[in-house]
Amino acid sequence: MSTKVAERTRGGVGESVRRVDGVPKVKGQFLYGSDLWAEEMLWGYTLRSPHPHARIVSIDISRALSSTGVHAVLVASDVPGRKTYGLEIPDQPVLAIDRVRYQGEAVAVLAANDLELARRAAERITVAYEVLPAVADMEQALRSDAPNVHDFGNVLRHIRIARGDYNTPADVWVEGYYETGMQDQAMLGPESGLAIPAEDGGIDLYVATQWLHVDRDQIAPCLDLPPDKVRLHLAGIGGAFGAREDLSMHLHACLLALRTRKPVKMVYSREESFYGHVHRHPARIWMRHGATRGGMLTSVYARIVIDGGAYASSSTAVIANASTFAAGPYEVPNALVEGTAVYTNNPPCGAMRGFGAVQACVAHEAQMDKLARALRLDPVELRVKNAVSTGSVLPTGQIIRGSAPVREVIRRCAAIELPPAPSERDPLTYPGGAGNVSRGERLRRGVGFAVGYKNIAYSGGFDDSAECRVKLFSGPGGVIAEVHSAAAEVGQGVHTLLVQIAREELGIDTVVLHPADTSVGSAGSSSASRQTMMSGGAVQMACRAVRDVLFERARRAGLDRELAPDIPVAIRDGQIFAGARRVGALVEFLDEPIEQTRVYHHRKTTPLDRDGQGDPHVTFAFAAQRAVVEVDEDLGLVRVVQIAAAQDVGHALNPQSVFGQIEGGTAQGLGFALMEEIQLKDGRIRNPSFTDYLIPTILDMPPVVSVLIEEPEPGVPYGAKGAGEPSAIVSTAAILAALRDATGRELNRVPVRPDDLIGLAPPVQSSGPPPAPNVPYPEPVPKALGIL
Amino acid sequence: MLIRTNVNGEERQADVWPGTSLLSMLRDHLGLVGSKNACEQGECGSCSVWLDGELVCACLVLAAQAGGRDVRTVESLAQGDRLHPVQKAFVDAGAVQCGFCTPGLIVATADLLQHDPTPGEETIREALAGNLCRCTGYQKIIDAVRIAAECRRA
Repeated sequence: MSTKVAERTRGGVGESVRRVDGVPKVKGQFLYGSDLWAEEMLWGYTLRSPHPHARIVSIDISRALSSTGVHAVLVASDVPGRKTYGLEIPDQPVLAIDRVRYQGEAVAVLAANDLELARRAAERITVAYEVLPAVADMEQALRSDAPNVHDFGNVLRHIRIARGDYNTPADVWVEGYYETGMQDQAMLGPESGLAIPAEDGGIDLYVATQWLHVDRDQIAPCLDLPPDKVRLHLAGIGGAFGAREDLSMHLHACLLALRTRKPVKMVYSREESFYGHVHRHPARIWMRHGATRGGMLTSVYARIVIDGGAYASSSTAVIANASTFAAGPYEVPNALVEGTAVYTNNPPCGAMRGFGAVQACVAHEAQMDKLARALRLDPVELRVKNAVSTGSVLPTGQIIRGSAPVREVIRRCAAIELPPAPSERDPLTYPGGAGNVSRGERLRRGVGFAVGYKNIAYSGGFDDSAECRVKLFSGPGGVIAEVHSAAAEVGQGVHTLLVQIAREELGIDTVVLHPADTSVGSAGSSSASRQTMMSGGAVQMACRAVRDVLFERARRAGLDRELAPDIPVAIRDGQIFAGARRVGALVEFLDEPIEQTRVYHHRKTTPLDRDGQGDPHVTFAFAAQRAVVEVDEDLGLVRVVQIAAAQDVGHALNPQSVFGQIEGGTAQGLGFALMEEIQLKDGRIRNPSFTDYLIPTILDMPPVVSVLIEEPEPGVPYGAKGAGEPSAIVSTAAILAALRDATGRELNRVPVRPDDLIGLAPPVQSSGPPPAPNVPYPEPVPKALGIL
Repeated sequence: MLIRTNVNGEERQADVWPGTSLLSMLRDHLGLVGSKNACEQGECGSCSVWLDGELVCACLVLAAQAGGRDVRTVESLAQGDRLHPVQKAFVDAGAVQCGFCTPGLIVATADLLQHDPTPGEETIREALAGNLCRCTGYQKIIDAVRIAAECRRA
């Protein structure tokens, strides 16, 4: 059950201590990127393409440049260094070069005295476009007659995972076709930041981002500056969920600030935010599962196509994830997975919480239910029967070496008490609430179950290490530890966690955080559920290095016998203990501060080979959810009554935060199941606002009853797994299953609409999976071709 | 145009263009950035403030409409280091993650508890239905409202 209250402000590891940023946030004093301000600051604004695909014939900035209050108008030719950037592949122009490839692509930027002047001046930039035929559909992109989005074609990456013989005979086969829509992160704080030109010709950028150093490494070459002249500082972040992995306003604000020699602030409106960041990939998935009469999986075939949109972003990694997770957390001896990420003229897609595993889970869990039905088995028991455990071999050949309490996760979830059937009820609790015009005459209740999993940290041979610097010194009020990490606090609570770990390791209460910036080494991204392990590991290592120096000083000061190597030494409440005996106070050995910097690396992984075999993932976290829904069969309205959740977290370092992650991830999964979709028509976004793109309100969210499964992960700090993503992976699939149970309908596409629930819209159809493209290597195509 | 308004008990004035919203006046002219701009369409409630004691989305009110009236923002709630009970409850309940929706939710919750000191769950949900939160899934926000209500009664 959810912990109710965090009583302590100063606890260590394992306690629900209050957030370090909680008080400023409730007072309205916490400064987000959009709250920043500087003397003589200008406002930047971006002119974007109205067309999904067009050639730029000419751009006339003269009228804008002569507008009142305008200081600079910049186009592609004003970018001093490299003209393109990108997380994995630098294929995205800083400002459009001759051609635009999606609606909303940045064409020009300008700076003016205030935002309104900037917006009006942007209307005075004249761009002549020659509209080109657009690739607005992911399967169209694979056809030979499709226009090329990039000169090298439309295939960004193809992954093939082959293990055993997927045509091996089985007693039962089930097939399915599934679609998922384009979801938006819809973080409440829009893209924002402030660029300040420095005296040394460099730039200081204060920005809301997930990974300061990867931003810097993309920005510096485009500005033609050495990396040390591009200094990034973390601004307050109003949520991220993947949307802040790619650059947005970063380079534009820097370019304008360097040109005008004034600070330039950029803040996107909500509408612009929909154009200004990547989204969750829409997916089309074909699956076929084979099993024995007894319910053991024998074979999984999966064909996955995801729409990467106009630029690569992190699509190359998302398709690897979707493919490696396609069979779900189940043992299957034979598998063939073919996953393709394509370029289209749709908005670019990239990271969002769950990162490819969400789409796969929608499909593999629907298949497991189909299989249970075909075999007349209980769907929960079928999952238990096939669940992976430590030692299991995945379709990639990877052996699960860490903790994998999947059966316990499933059983503990299934054991959570079901909500009572409604008796007399407030009409507000009908599906649709106050909007329900029936009185519940045709309410149907349904129950659905889903299991899923997620890799923790970056995969495929990537070393996303994290650095941390810890300084221990004597201050006026006692001994203080300062923790310096570049980890982005996106709302998940990593800053609180770093402080908890420093308290735990150093045995003192007062721990302060140095502002996150690029003057310390990279912490890696606040994504992939990785910061607890990675930056948590780095602060633990740095603290232990500090302790070693401290004990060495103490030994030199005469405590060599007390602190002999065979005696267990601990620090509590600022005092050093040898065994149970107090031998001194920290402050006695801190005439000089102690500062130590350490880098945490996770275990090495390997990329996939041509057959999709390897050891690609560091470790896994598992989750199960059971959804109870009510559907009004007259109105097609849904109320989710309860979510029961069980999650494998290794060790909950701040239980209240972990529950918060489960509940929040569930809300995003619920949104994806029931309402959230960027609606595209011919490559154009039709609903770029919170009026038309709906996210769950407090009325949409049921109680989430969660249990934590704590089986420590060997070899990682405190045995803790990240907790950010698994709930977001399974809740969509669980709700979808419950809707099928309630209505008896196929429902093979999310989000599910009222029309789908009452049979006004048929299930989505496919004429079969597209053939695998002729890509004989697992690397991203532009990299393999040596083009980018 | 020059707007004179009482904000959080102080007479303030700002020279704005006629299309300026109350939210923009507070944030960009008066330096009160506690009220957040997340949608500018009155959908998210992040800019909730009181105008003459009535809960409004500051993005939907023109600065000019606030002329000569009384505006209260999230910045008015804490007395120095002493948090308002709703603020304290949000911290204790873990109802804050990224915090961008928090000021608006705190104002909306304080407004609810002024009108109904003992709200039931459905009342809480209806009252806060105009405030979007993307991080928490709302469960701990409901906890926080209950804690704040208990605290007021105590």
